[in-house]
Amino acid sequence: MKLHGRALRFGDNVNTDYIIADHYKAATSDVNDLARYVFVDFRPDFAKLVRPGDLLVAGRNFGCGSAREAAPRVLKAAGISCVLATSFARIFFRNAINIGLPVLETDTAPIAEGDELDVDIEAGRIDNLTRASSLYAAPMPAIMTAILRAGGLVEYMRRHGDLVLPEHP
Amino acid sequence: MTDFSSVVANTDQRCALVIHLPWQAERKSRASNGKFRDECLQRTLVCAVYRRYNPYVGRTISEKIFSAHLGRDVRAGEIVVSPVDLVFWDDSNRPQACEVFRQMNGTRVFDPARIAAFLDHAPVAHNLAAATVHRVMRNFCREQGIELFEVGEGIEHQLVPEKGLAGPGEIVIGADSHTCTAGAINTFAVGVGSSDLATALLTGKLWFRVPKTLRFILDGTLQRGVYSKDIILHLLNGIGADGASYEAVEFLGPAIAALTMESRFVITNMAVEMGAKTGLMEIDDVARSWLRGRTRREHREFTSDRDADSARELRVDLSALEPQVAKPHSPANSSPVGDLVGIPIQQAVLGTCTNGRLEDLREAAALLKGRRVAPHVRLFVTPASRSILQAAMREGLISAFIDAGAVLGSPGCSGCTGGSGFAIPDDGINMITTANRNFQGRTGNRSAFIYLASPATVIASAIEGAIADPRAHL
Repeated sequence: MKLHGRALRFGDNVNTDYIIADHYKAATSDVNDLARYVFVDFRPDFAKLVRPGDLLVAGRNFGCGSAREAAPRVLKAAGISCVLATSFARIFFRNAINIGLPVLETDTAPIAEGDELDVDIEAGRIDNLTRASSLYAAPMPAIMTAILRAGGLVEYMRRHGDLVLPEHP
Repeated sequence: MTDFSSVVANTDQRCALVIHLPWQAERKSRASNGKFRDECLQRTLVCAVYRRYNPYVGRTISEKIFSAHLGRDVRAGEIVVSPVDLVFWDDSNRPQACEVFRQMNGTRVFDPARIAAFLDHAPVAHNLAAATVHRVMRNFCREQGIELFEVGEGIEHQLVPEKGLAGPGEIVIGADSHTCTAGAINTFAVGVGSSDLATALLTGKLWFRVPKTLRFILDGTLQRGVYSKDIILHLLNGIGADGASYEAVEFLGPAIAALTMESRFVITNMAVEMGAKTGLMEIDDVARSWLRGRTRREHREFTSDRDADSARELRVDLSALEPQVAKPHSPANSSPVGDLVGIPIQQAVLGTCTNGRLEDLREAAALLKGRRVAPHVRLFVTPASRSILQAAMREGLISAFIDAGAVLGSPGCSGCTGGSGFAIPDDGINMITTANRNFQGRTGNRSAFIYLASPATVIASAIEGAIADPRAHL
């Protein structure tokens, strides 16, 4: 899976309440209504700024806090194609893969707002076209790669009917 | 106070018992020089020699629980598919796990007796969206024969242990990050999202990476006016909001043994605020007597081996600990209350899955001693479950709160998240709460400022109308 897009920079400890606040989430029963509220309290211009294919680039502990799966879903619905972070909170990391939003863990310090990036998800390689530099991401467990390849956990379960560990490469 | 930078790998400690190594003292400054590389090599050799003569390396609680579930020796770092003993979810998730279950072509859940659902995040069904989600959940639970805890029954993280839905040595998943609360009864309990939960509803199992462990050994006797909430706020400040990322955190030692069961849940509840996968405690007589008559299944207790090589360990002496308050906008941003005394507050919240238990309400009512809260302060009180509300009514605690000017919430997540439709602060309000999170906007308004503290500190502050040291009120 290869992606190309523009980096939108965030800092450390961006929690899931900031991605989608609970009072907006609680005001609807359908997650598809929520994309317009992405980061609305935290970075109000975000929904206008984001273009399909953009990459969200963050620092440490991205997605900490609540277990809400709505968080990666609204990012995906808003057009974010991939999240790169120096580290992730574990529930967000799982949820993102489960809904088919690629996430890569790498030291994101060299990436600035607006940088043009080429990302090869499976190889874990990030080419920064603006700065002519490359970064490499930590490898993902085989089960996560398999879920991502299927397009998410729903598709994975529909295909396999059961949770099976893939053979490690 | 404790030097939190001194968290050491237990492997090193064990080797140090055998041979006093020169690098032990310098390990804190992991300078990236050649010397450090040599030290790592030396450490590896020493550990290999140690293991040759000590073939059994201990196991953490997490490793033992997974090993028991899988019938083989499982170590930290391994990826496993494990059966789970309890699967639960609530009304806050969008999408609902039961909707994802349908998308997965699910027709019947794996075992309704091992599943529970809770209407707690919108505990008064305050809007149409909440009522709609409640209807979807009621219909699904009725169709599948799943036990549903209705609005007003209480918060899932209180009810799971209170009603004996989970027990020691079990693996539990819940679609909420504070699922880790049940770790105080030796349960490996982790929060997941709706898709993972739906997979478990369908199959009765889930994949896990068996976590490494951060072990806190907590020493010392707490001073009067200092509570388990102060312990966890202090530890959080010490290791940071991602200080235990992906790890299981074990809370052991004499300071834990001295706590009531209710106080222990406060600590495991907030393990996720340090990035942990779960928080865990061992079972002792206090826990055993609390569990008696509650647990519905046979269970096994698991202890942690001190020589487990997948654990790093930190010993913390709590005898000098003061009441703590976490400032906006992170639970890890805590200070001793003395640094913050006098900051005006307009709203106070007592309750939530962190501190809405009977002993919290007793402590709060005792502090009020018939007094009213300051004229410009709103105090919102919510027992964590219906049975706690009933006990508090029998003891006269509820009338003490009402007499003091408090507003009573429906047992559930009232006053914790903005989605609960209760106690939402106005712009510029400072609020002090017994909850576990003070992220900006958490309670429904990004322009409010949230401080976290123990019930005693919250009530003392409500009485004074400003952040106050509870020790002056005892």
